[in-house]
Amino acid sequence: MSDTGDTADTAVLRARGLRKHYGQGEGLVRAVDGVDLDVARGETVAVMGPSGCGKSTLLQLLGGLDRPTDGEVSLDGRRIDQMGEKALARMRRTAVGFVFQAFHLMEELSAVENVELPALLDGRPPRAARRRSLKLLEGVGLADRAGFLPSALSGGQRQRVAIARALSSEPLVVFADEPTGNLDSAATVDVLRLFETLHRGGQTLVVVTHDERIAATADRLISMRDGSFVDETRLSGGTGGDLGALVGLEG
Amino acid sequence: MRQEVVLAMLAKEPSYGYELRARLREALGPLGEAMNPGQVYVTLTRLEKAGLVTSRRAEGLADRPDRTVYGLTPAGQERVAEWLAEVSWPKPDLAEFHLKLVAAATAGLADPISIVDAQRRELLRRLRDAQRAALAEPDGSDAGLLLEGVVLRLQADLRWLETCERSWIDRRSRS
Repeated sequence: MSDTGDTADTAVLRARGLRKHYGQGEGLVRAVDGVDLDVARGETVAVMGPSGCGKSTLLQLLGGLDRPTDGEVSLDGRRIDQMGEKALARMRRTAVGFVFQAFHLMEELSAVENVELPALLDGRPPRAARRRSLKLLEGVGLADRAGFLPSALSGGQRQRVAIARALSSEPLVVFADEPTGNLDSAATVDVLRLFETLHRGGQTLVVVTHDERIAATADRLISMRDGSFVDETRLSGGTGGDLGALVGLEG
Repeated sequence: MRQEVVLAMLAKEPSYGYELRARLREALGPLGEAMNPGQVYVTLTRLEKAGLVTSRRAEGLADRPDRTVYGLTPAGQERVAEWLAEVSWPKPDLAEFHLKLVAAATAGLADPISIVDAQRRELLRRLRDAQRAALAEPDGSDAGLLLEGVVLRLQADLRWLETCERSWIDRRSRS
């Protein structure tokens, strides 16, 4: 399934004929099997699908964490599927941000040190990196937890630190893999609020998720099965007054 | 909406129709916007005919429905007490959708999985709307609590669709 028209023209992220196969012969697994995708700047795209449908693998290919067996991925017009390791590592530090289900924070670093790490690795001046990291923590509602180690934070707070870290390099695209998979419902709402705020701020987001609530923050929802896209829905536009009927208020 | 809702809104003290509307709107938030503004007055008239409500015109004011003060009769108070003690049953219409899938598959008329997809698209649009409305409400608001209920119901429906999808995919691959 490919998008045409406006999205294709303004796509910040683009994939064509993307495949990732593992094994061979009888044991061949087509984790991602011919995906075309255009993500417009500022768009939130959610990919949903049953476990094992290939959505996490797809995210890794799109974010340059893994290389495709076949096909192309371009970020802001630059092919990343064929980039050398060094250039790819730099691209990951500067152009994309990642949010994972298990947070992946450095346990020995404080919240603010975790957030500033990508900027420091990219050679930014430490003071500027610290200032920006504190600002990002403030943005996720954790200004008062900057000096805390991850072990002293709740799951929801850790994920918010991880989101601040993902924003550290002002990435073109933030990729999130089951960002609420380990969170209770209150912490999920915090992440939902953050995603809505990011979306309003023009951040491009690609999220793979099981969580209907996260999926419902997207402009566009893609259903994936057996490595391919099988359905695509534009969620923006809304349903108007239909909600009244859901609570027995019709007529 | 049941008449008892309007009746119960009068339980605290006699009120003007517009006060009742304002109370309903506050409790319902954005969901109340779909309500027909005349509905409260129509309901009040019916309740009065049924002897559950009395009305008197406020002195010295024009003879308009929004200048009438309504209050509960003893029978009205009793009705409210009964209503509060009733258990409310949700009315999900799962059987119709379930039978649609069964009929589509049996007759070979349509792919049940496409029907599931179409249903999911619509539910997700509604979930998006409900969730945005819920997030826009201040913490602890009555309307926010109601919207949270809508969100949870939609989530439950979406999870059931996921189960339907899995089941129909299995059946297809077995056949």
